[in-house]
This record gives sequence, C-alpha cells and structure tokens, in this order.
Amino acid sequence: MKNWIKSGAPWIWLSGATVSISLIMVVGLIGLIAVRGLSMYWPGDIHQMDVKNAQGNTEIIAGEIFDSEQVSKERLNDAGIVIETDQHIITRYLVKTGNRDVAGPDFRWVIENNIVAETFPEDIVVFERLEWGNLYGVIESIKEKAEYVVAPGATSAALWLAFNERLARATQLQEEITAIEKTEIGSINYDMERLRLKQRKLELANAFDAAARQNLENEKALLDSQYKSHQNNLANLYREIKRDSVQVKIANGTVVEVPVGHVVRAFKPNAMSIPQKMFFYVKSIWLFMTDDPREANTEGGIYPAIFGTVMMVLIMSVIVTPFGIMAAVYLREYAKQGVVTRTIRIAVNNLAGVPSIVYGVFGLGFFVYFLGGNIDQLFYPESLPAPTFGTPGIMWASLTLALLTVPVVIVATEEGLSRVPISIRQGSLALGATKWETLWKTVLPMASPAMMTGLILAVARAAGEVAPLMLVGVVKLAPSLPLDGDFPYLHLDRKFMHLGFHIFDVGFQSPNVEAARPLVYSTAFLLVCVIIVLNLAAIAIRNRLREKYKGLDH
Amino acid sequence: MSENTSNSPQAFESNLPKSEDVCIEVRDLRLYYSENEALHGINLDIPKHKVSAFIGPSGCGKSTLLRCFNRMNDLVDNVRIEGSIAIDNNNIYNPKVNVADLRRRVGMVFQKPNPFPKSIYENVAYGLRIQGVNNRRRLDEAVEKALKGAALWDEVKDRLNQSAMGLSGGQQQRLVIARAIAIEPEVLLLDEPASALDPLSTLKIEELIYELKDTYTILIVTHNMQQAARVSDYTAFLYMGDLIEFDETNTIFTNPAKKKTEDYITGRYG
Repeated sequence: MKNWIKSGAPWIWLSGATVSISLIMVVGLIGLIAVRGLSMYWPGDIHQMDVKNAQGNTEIIAGEIFDSEQVSKERLNDAGIVIETDQHIITRYLVKTGNRDVAGPDFRWVIENNIVAETFPEDIVVFERLEWGNLYGVIESIKEKAEYVVAPGATSAALWLAFNERLARATQLQEEITAIEKTEIGSINYDMERLRLKQRKLELANAFDAAARQNLENEKALLDSQYKSHQNNLANLYREIKRDSVQVKIANGTVVEVPVGHVVRAFKPNAMSIPQKMFFYVKSIWLFMTDDPREANTEGGIYPAIFGTVMMVLIMSVIVTPFGIMAAVYLREYAKQGVVTRTIRIAVNNLAGVPSIVYGVFGLGFFVYFLGGNIDQLFYPESLPAPTFGTPGIMWASLTLALLTVPVVIVATEEGLSRVPISIRQGSLALGATKWETLWKTVLPMASPAMMTGLILAVARAAGEVAPLMLVGVVKLAPSLPLDGDFPYLHLDRKFMHLGFHIFDVGFQSPNVEAARPLVYSTAFLLVCVIIVLNLAAIAIRNRLREKYKGLDH
Repeated sequence: MSENTSNSPQAFESNLPKSEDVCIEVRDLRLYYSENEALHGINLDIPKHKVSAFIGPSGCGKSTLLRCFNRMNDLVDNVRIEGSIAIDNNNIYNPKVNVADLRRRVGMVFQKPNPFPKSIYENVAYGLRIQGVNNRRRLDEAVEKALKGAALWDEVKDRLNQSAMGLSGGQQQRLVIARAIAIEPEVLLLDEPASALDPLSTLKIEELIYELKDTYTILIVTHNMQQAARVSDYTAFLYMGDLIEFDETNTIFTNPAKKKTEDYITGRYG
C-alpha cells in the first residue's frame, strides 16, 4: 500500500478521474440538450385516444405524446383527481393536442388508466399554421371562394391531393407577399425615411429652398407611385391567397375552417414511412435554422437570432483583436516595466472578473447614452428626438462585449510576446531592422498563435454572454437584420436578436411554456453549435499559424 | 583602477604595423552597467579585412566590447557608454548616427543560431526586405550570393522555401552568417559563433571565416584559444574589463608582452 502511494499511481488515478468527470459532464450536457432539442422535430405518431373524463363521459382527443411522467396516486388525489386503482404509481402523458383556437390550451395531461382505446388513424393531418399553432384533424372538404371544390365524402386520397395542390399555390403566393412586404416595401419605407431626414437636415441648415423642395417632392412622388403599385399587387395577392379554405374535422367532431394561406406545412405522420419521416425531420431542422420566428417566438425558426449572434461576435472580434493586441504590444514592448505597468496588468486581469452585467450598465451609460447621444447630436440631428445611435444597437453591444473580453486578448497576447525569444529579436535588430520593423515582421507573426488563443477565449465568452446584451441592444424580435440590401448595407445602429437572449425569452417570458420548452433546448443546442463552429474556425487558423511559426519552441 | 585609465585618446600609440589600414578606432571606451564600470577605457585599432579575435576569461568584457561595435548594448537597460568608436573615421556614438543604418554596416552573428521561423530564402532576404528591396530578381541574386558566400548554397539550393528550422545547428549558424552578409556589411561581428556546434560544423565555420576575411573586417569573440590561433590574424586579450594586449596572433601566442597574457595562454587561470 505504501509503495502504491509512493509510486504516484493514486495521483494518476485521481487526475484521470477528474478529467473523466469533466468529459462526462460536457458530453452529458451537450447530449442532453441535443437529444431534447433535436427530438422535437421528429414527426411523432398522432395518437387518437378515447379518454374517460371526470364526469365519467368518454371524449376523444388526438395529439402527439410529448412527455410522460410517473406520479404517485396521492399526488393526483391531492390535485383533485380520483382514480380507482390499486396502483401506487400512475403514469400520465403530456399530449400536445394543438387546436388552440378551438379547445383552449394545446397541451393536456392524460392519465394512462383513463385511456379506454387508442388508435393511430392514417388520415389525421398535422397543420402547422401561421397563427394558433398546430391543428390536428381530418380533412373534410375543400372550398374555393366559399364553394366546394372537393365536397365532403370524397376519398381521403383525393382530398389530400387537392389540398396539397392548393397549399403549394398558397405557399407560392405567401412567398411573393413576403418578398414585396419585406424587401420592396421595406426599402421604400427606408428610402422615405431617408427623404424625410434629408428634408429635416436641409431645414436645420436653413437650406430648404424651393428647388430642394421640388426635388424632394419629385422623389417622394416617385416612391409614392411605386408604393401604390406594390400596394395594389399586395391587395391582389391577399385576395388570391384568401381564395381557398380547408375544412378540418378535429377529434371532438367540430369542423374548423382554415384558410389555406394560413397553413405553413401539413403532413400525415401516421401514414409516413421511416425514410419519409427522416427526410421530413431533416427538413424541419433546416426550416428551424432558416425561418423567422412566429407566434411570440414559440414557433418557426430562429434564423435572425443565429444571424445576430454570429454578426455580433464577428464585429466584436474585429474590434477587440486590434485593440487588445495594440494594448498588449505597448505594455510588453514599449512601456517601461515598473510599478505602473504592473498595476495596469493587475487592473486588466481584474477586469476579467467584473460581473458582466456591470459591463452592460457601463455600456448603456457610456456607449449608448453618452457616446451615442453625442453622435446623434453631431451627425444625426435631423432625426432627433428619435435616436439613431443613442439607443441600444448591435454596435454598442459589440463594443460592450469587446470591452468585456479585451483582458483575455491582452493577457494571451502578452503571454505570446513574452515567449518570443530575445535572440530572435536581436537577430532582427542586428540586421538593421528598427524596433518597429522587428515587431511587425518577426515578433508579431510569431506571437500570432497566442493572439488567436486569446480571440478564441474571447469569442467563447462573448457568444455565451446574455446579461449585458439585454441592456445594450438585444431585443425579443427585430424587424430587420443588421445586414441587408439597403444602403449602407451594414446597419450598426439596429437592434438585433441573439440566441442566448432567445433562450431566456422563449423559456421564461413565453405565454406557452410547454410548447416553448423543446425550443429552449434546440436553441441552446444551436448556440453551443454556433460557439463550437466559431471556435473551430479560430482553432484551425491558430493551428495553421502554429505550423508556420513552429520554431518558437526551438 | 586599471593601467589603461591614464591613457588619454591622444596619448594612445597604436601597435599596428604601418602596413595595415585601420578600420575601427576605439578610444577610451568605458561602459557602465548602472554604476559598475565593465570596460575601463579601451583603446584599440582594428585592421581592415583581417580577423581580430577577442580572448579572455569569462566575464572579462569581450562580448560586451563586441556588442559596442553595433550598439547592441543600447538595448540593455541602464547601460552608459563613454568614449568613442570610429568606423572609417565616423564616430558611431555620435547622437546623429542612425542605429539601424549602423547595424546594416556592422553585421552580427550570435552564439546560438537564431534563424527566424521563416523559409531559408526569407531568412536570407530579411535584411534586404527591411531595406525595401522587393525586386524578386535582385533578391534571388542576393540570396544565392549570400548562401554561396556562407558555403551553404549546395546544401540548401533545392529547399529554399522550406523552413529554416529544419536545418541542423551548423547549417543554421551558416544560414545566420549568410543572412548577415546578404546586406553586405563592412564589419562582421561573431560572438562565439561555434561554441554551440559540433567539431565538424565548427571546422566549417572556421573555414568560412577564413574565406570571408578578404571581404569583411571580422571581429570574433571566442573561448577557444586554439580557435583564435587558427582563424585570427590579430588577437586581443582582455582581462577584467581591461585590454591587456593586442597584437598579431602569432606574437600573442608565442611571445606575449604581458605577464597576464602569458599566464592566461599557458592556462594558469581563466
């Protein structure tokens, strides 16, 4: 035993164990959110169940089983549910019944013992709608302009075929509408606002004379006429899209009329084969990543949040890298080493420990109100009192996070600079290079892998940060992306969506908790993925640099 | 204090034969690390296109003296230098002198090979690129000439674009010499250039020094007295920051004028 301790084996075991535990925790966490987050897109079977209710009647409900739970009989009794059984532990299922517009809540707990019969009818269709969430039911008939096209009683195949044709048409129309509303009318609005600001600017400069007025009027008239024609188009399209409707009989026998234009997707999970389901699954995940959110973020995709997160991290990197590197170069190479530099170093290291919300408050006070306010006064007086930069936006968020992460970059860069051997510097100086040339041509390239390490750490910290962003630019739903086709293309003053905030918002601010829960997992999973991708990119660059300058260890 | 302190620059009598051109004149050079005087008034004339070796026990100031010739000591904190060093009659400690220009004229090779983590080609071209030469043909020619001059061309001509870190220690040291001569300096300072190398590489470096002295004035610091005897034309013996004796190598090794030199050469101390 004594020899065993002496041999160092216990320490090896101990350190091995800590590594394993860390690994298990990381893999377990990612595995949990991946499984929970990704399983919601699997088109699960629709159960149609005859359920005994409290009054002893039987009602029919249909839906997907979302979750199951073991509860004790006492707990159910306490909740006022009486079940006649000897079982002590009772299983209950959370069923997503949808049909929120008809039946109220779209989730129901069903106690296993109350289920009288259970079937999987192939005809049940899941409708994903623009409003009111999912609808589960059987297609009864299809109407065009309130006239039957396929009357009730037709075969389910005929109904399904006719419906899909009309759905394809409606989807096409919907795309046109979105294109006009978002792109065309969006940019006309943008131009109108620009004209208004131009006029205001001229007025402020007392240069708004007749010629200028005429000019602006002309431009405005042009935009107006464009707007009118788009408006006409839109009206036509809306009329067209409202043409068809589908009548759906839901589980309790009610027939619900759904405009085909409101349907995003429709599918029959009980009739799908496994490959079909797999294809559908992949497509669902793709839609989740590329679509805009719907219904207070509880449905649809999270594309704007992914876009905002990546964009903010990139802008932050662009700010923090040169800033941190220059600070580190000055501290390490030019500043006279002494009490002052030591103090600065301690201060920088401690900055990394300041709670991030403090940075948020600082960002709001200094960047948004002070800097932004002054920028507005100086450069955007025409749009006042509406603020341009004097309000939270992506630039201030990126700057705040840059401030938050700059210590990491400074420390890593200093570390890298100090590892460049003095012999290399002297070699360069002895060849007639100045200090600056030595730095630029030899020292900085050799320290670049360390800078990348700093950037990797900074990105990892910034992408996961939420608290300060809530103060300096993140919103629940941003009407437009910070990068689009309107001049000047990059809109640093705009607010943006962020995956981290999306998790908070969907998970804790959402009106529909049950529907939102899987979305929280999948958003979290996606955030982790985004961070991993950003990190892998940075690591790949670092490894290339390391390979290039590997003489450092020499 | 030392016996040389009383010598004023004017009183200095060079013991170089009249036949030699003087390249570097050192007059009353004193160097202080903070308050410690490390060189006590060195007076020395170094002949042009000859190899002059500095020998002496560890800590005698020979490397410090060498680093005065390209003002490398400027990089050390708290160093103060008095006196003058004139290369071709220009005092390099004149405040108007551009240090980078000086270092272009006075190349230096260090004890441990210090190639940059770049390709062989870029290592040799570094000094020229610093001077703003970017013409590919000119660079190619200069690199080839320098590598040939450093007797390395045949070994590396097929892998100029590979990293210099892949070369052996001896090759790296010759690469560093090539790098130094690529910018065509007048003076070459070698600070124990072979002390980190194996005997065979040392031999190559010594042969190289022998060839280079036609073109360059070479100053070499060495710990190895046989090496000094083999490669140098003149030898300076330093002891405790004083220049004890400077004369033709043969004279120093066979018939030194000073007792201290003789003691050192015969191995009584050091």
